[in-house]
Amino acid sequence: MSAGKIDPMEQFKVEPVLGRHIDLFGYDISFTNSALFMFVVAALLFVFMVGGLQRKLIPGKWQLMVEGAVGFIDSMVNVNIGKGGKKFAPYIFSLFFFILFANLVGVLPLAVLPGLHTFAVTSHITVTAVLAFFSFGIVLAVGLIKHGFKFFSLFVPHGAPVWLMPVIVPVELISFLVRPFSLGLRLFVAMTAGHILLEVFGSFVVQGIAAGGPLGWVVSALSFAMIVGVSALELLVCAIQAYVFALLTSLYLHDAVHLH
Amino acid sequence: MTDLGAMYIGAGLAAIGIGLAALGVGNVFGSFLEGALRNPGAADGQQGRLFIGFAASELLGLIAFVVAILILFVVK
Repeated sequence: MSAGKIDPMEQFKVEPVLGRHIDLFGYDISFTNSALFMFVVAALLFVFMVGGLQRKLIPGKWQLMVEGAVGFIDSMVNVNIGKGGKKFAPYIFSLFFFILFANLVGVLPLAVLPGLHTFAVTSHITVTAVLAFFSFGIVLAVGLIKHGFKFFSLFVPHGAPVWLMPVIVPVELISFLVRPFSLGLRLFVAMTAGHILLEVFGSFVVQGIAAGGPLGWVVSALSFAMIVGVSALELLVCAIQAYVFALLTSLYLHDAVHLH
Repeated sequence: MTDLGAMYIGAGLAAIGIGLAALGVGNVFGSFLEGALRNPGAADGQQGRLFIGFAASELLGLIAFVVAILILFVVK
């Protein structure tokens, strides 16, 4: 990058892998880098799981990792959904590990090799919103099938005085309807913000060296130290955001299964 | 003042909200730690609530970030 204006949004560009756009009835259906990295994430997850499914009596390291992962999700589902939550464990598991792997693949520093650039799938609201709408749709379907119209008693909190109902019910309804947006937006913005931060400090390093002189080197060194710190923070954020997404989904499922 | 200058000032003002969310997130973890040190036995059971509180206060900061980004890149 030349010493000029920093364009932090360039890294989020979705473009066809083979450089060709494929049109179908006016829609662009070309195979993009976003789709490619979703496949990469799914393949990594598949390898991770299959490698651990050895069913040995004395588990090796890999099997222990997978068992730990399954046990982690299992306890999260048990604590947060409670009775009848077991059948949602596979969904929560897929959600958590897809998001976690996508986040981690997104921050892999492979761009130091020329021509390679890992694409953070979860830094696009189209992807995270689809995941959030899946969660919201499952909550709606489970609630309506299990409880019928009694599901709408979710909007009437226990013990609230009757004269407050005209205020509370709309507020509860709005907070319910906002859930998919807040769920998708949180993941998308957290990932995007981290990548912009890394990009900005990365270009500070390059521009400092390009400018030369003692001051340029000092700026570069400080920015590089900052990148190291921010990268560590990003790893934490990757894990926390995946955890929060899965945790909130299981809480919403608790509402749908038990109605408070 | 030019429109571009006003846009940058607006984006900077929107970024104040992110700092306020930092106060909120710090408060969530600080209060949790305070309680957890008094009663370490009960701390593990409350970790889910800790992250719900974190997620709620963090979301508001992220919305401030979205507003700043919208001002910078979307508003023409």
